[in-house]
Amino acid sequence: MSKSMIGYIMSISVLLLAIWLGVSVGSVKVPIQTLWDTGADAIATNIVWKIRMPRVVLAGLVGASLAIAGAAFQSLLKNPLADPYTLGVSSGASVGAVATLFFGISIPFLGIFTLPVFSMVGALVTMLLVISFAKLVDRGMKMETIILTGIIFSSFLGSVISLMIALTGEELRQIIGWLLGSVSMRGWSFVQMALPFVIIGTFLLWINRRELNAMLFGEERAKHLGVDVKKRKMMILIGGSMLTGTAVSVSGTIGFVGLVVPHMTRLLFGSDNRHVLPLSFINGASLLIICDLVSRTIISPTELPIGVITAFIGAPVFAFIFFKQRKKGGV
Amino acid sequence: MLEIKNVSGGYDEKLVVQNVSFQVKKGEMLGILGPNGSGKSTLLKLISGILPMKSGEVLIEDKTLQSFASKELAKKMAVLPQLHSQAFSHTVRDTVSLGRYPHQSGWFSSWSNEDEAAVQAAMKLTAIQRYEHQLLELLSGGEQQRVFVAQALAQQAPILLLDEPTNHLDIAHQKQLLDTIKTQTIENEITVISIFHDINLASLYCDRLLLMDQGQIKVIGEPQEVVKKSLVEAVYEARVSTTSHPERPKPQVTILPDVMERYKERIITAENFKVTEHYVLFQAEIQLKTWSSAVINAGSGWYKNFVNRRVDASYACDNVQEEMLVYLANYGFSEADTVGMMTAVRTTDAVIKEYKTPFGNIIIMVTAGVGNAVDVSRAYEVEMLPAIGTINTWVIVNGELSDEAFIQSVITATEAKTKALAFEQVKDPRTGTIATGTSTDSVLIAATQKGTHIPYAGPITEIGKKIGLGVYECTVEAIQVYKKAKGWES
Repeated sequence: MSKSMIGYIMSISVLLLAIWLGVSVGSVKVPIQTLWDTGADAIATNIVWKIRMPRVVLAGLVGASLAIAGAAFQSLLKNPLADPYTLGVSSGASVGAVATLFFGISIPFLGIFTLPVFSMVGALVTMLLVISFAKLVDRGMKMETIILTGIIFSSFLGSVISLMIALTGEELRQIIGWLLGSVSMRGWSFVQMALPFVIIGTFLLWINRRELNAMLFGEERAKHLGVDVKKRKMMILIGGSMLTGTAVSVSGTIGFVGLVVPHMTRLLFGSDNRHVLPLSFINGASLLIICDLVSRTIISPTELPIGVITAFIGAPVFAFIFFKQRKKGGV
Repeated sequence: MLEIKNVSGGYDEKLVVQNVSFQVKKGEMLGILGPNGSGKSTLLKLISGILPMKSGEVLIEDKTLQSFASKELAKKMAVLPQLHSQAFSHTVRDTVSLGRYPHQSGWFSSWSNEDEAAVQAAMKLTAIQRYEHQLLELLSGGEQQRVFVAQALAQQAPILLLDEPTNHLDIAHQKQLLDTIKTQTIENEITVISIFHDINLASLYCDRLLLMDQGQIKVIGEPQEVVKKSLVEAVYEARVSTTSHPERPKPQVTILPDVMERYKERIITAENFKVTEHYVLFQAEIQLKTWSSAVINAGSGWYKNFVNRRVDASYACDNVQEEMLVYLANYGFSEADTVGMMTAVRTTDAVIKEYKTPFGNIIIMVTAGVGNAVDVSRAYEVEMLPAIGTINTWVIVNGELSDEAFIQSVITATEAKTKALAFEQVKDPRTGTIATGTSTDSVLIAATQKGTHIPYAGPITEIGKKIGLGVYECTVEAIQVYKKAKGWES
């Protein structure tokens, strides 16, 4: 069996396990059969379908989006330190969200969607600004230009967020809580809102998996191999930004997943993007579902922000894999 | 196949390449030469379309470069880049497989048998099959370079552009790689344009060469039209000399260093000779440039030991050279700087004389055995059997001889020898006529290559006069000694 086949089987198994745990573990233990057992307890069915399942699905979508976007950006920018937040799109989304909280904006017909919609608008505007500015600086949009532009925008927007935090009064807790990330109490409506963007973004990245392989050898080389670099780069930037913006707007800025899941996947199953992209997607989902589970159970009934847990669990896992692989000399 | 018309281009406002035009035929290998900064790489980037040109056009099979879509262009033209590092490691196989990118289409593009065959063939040609599943970053620079060559070959494009393909390779791999590429041009009619730093490799493998100078074509043509001392010196601003390749009619160049070595001004005299009962030895402290027809190290070269070994009249050996090398080694002479000859006469009968010339002395050594004398003008009449008897003539010069002077010295010495045989009435026993030499005569001309430059050595030049006189006198004396030893005369 090929390495990638093993990868898919392992990753999917872990995902199924994560979903099972995510659905059944909590303050009330609910057996997994509740999902399909029509004769099950009504309360249990309600907990599973109205509370836990949307939460698990949303955590999965956010984790998957961040991980696949991270994998794509690392390859595109040829930089192992790149993550979904490198481009500054997430800072834009955060500014949108924090501004909503800071100014207490609530648009009547948007209701609870005011914040994610503002956040998405922030992400979209930032993406357009970053890309146009990078293009303005250097028509060829070299990778270095993109990275530097991303740094300029994220640090600027970061200071805008800090400014709002500094000036805020009672919304502080809310803002910090949002920035650390959470997928609790979102319900199916958030899933519905995020899903189309996740599908389109993932699709945009997935159809560029071979192009990403070629671009790992540099833009010139990719061009020689027949890749339409300009077009492909734009597709990847837009796809990745869409995923990042969506993830941030529904859950806050959850760190670590987008940076490390692609690396773990490469360490375990090789760096061919044809597999790194889908495997990162699956593993990102698993990691975030498990982290969410831990965040709501570890000091229950209090819930920790999920962003606190991702690195808390993820870093030791990554360290273990890193150590094992280096020992094997397989890297 | 490929036509470059008035192409100019560069970075920002600076035109690194100006108004370059040339054509390349199908199956041709064109080498681009030129000093650093002459625009070679820029020209290649303009041809491959990486760098947009300011003016002019590139035509591939009569269609402009711009009219090709990315993948279509990659099907026509493969480019081998200079080596660079990667952020993430790929396996060798994955890297080579990327060469099939332009041949795949659609979202689910599957891996066809044709793709697999192309990748396997490319890995086989570059001898990297055994690394197939290894990670690229674990290979040496040379191995990585071969992986990228395989990637370009897997692209199966009729045009191949190479930027210094032999970078990082040792000579065995340089040869292997260029042999592979050259074979592709012959067997599959692939058209190759390649940048070279090494003029000799370019001359050896390319059908035509293009010499760039300051962004323009200095000259384009066959290697012998391009690799000329005057052109190379003018463009590269370095002192060079051209020589011929031992196997192929392709010119080669060597650098002439301008470093002043602290050499001792050595004058060679008859004192450098030493005669023992086993051999006549001439030993110099510096290497002398030598032309000879000796047993060991014949032809031209630089040597400091010259051995004229006495062998028995009954000496017979299947492999003379090997036996002679063992003999020399026994006496402590290394093959690297020793010229070895053989004679059947007593070494003590060798005639060694020194002659004064205006530029420096010349020394002549002759051993003569004429029992096997031959009249070369009548030799066709009789069947010859190998026999013992040889005249060995050495001429050692304090001075710098040109190539002409070396050959003229051989002629002059041979004429003088023949005259000496006539004077001594040495006859070819088979025809009864005056002999011109023996059937196994050897000659050696050696020069210090320091001091006065001597362009010619014909019989009316200063050196020619002394060679003529000296060889004549020494040969006459040597023959007389020989006759006396044999008891032919009283």
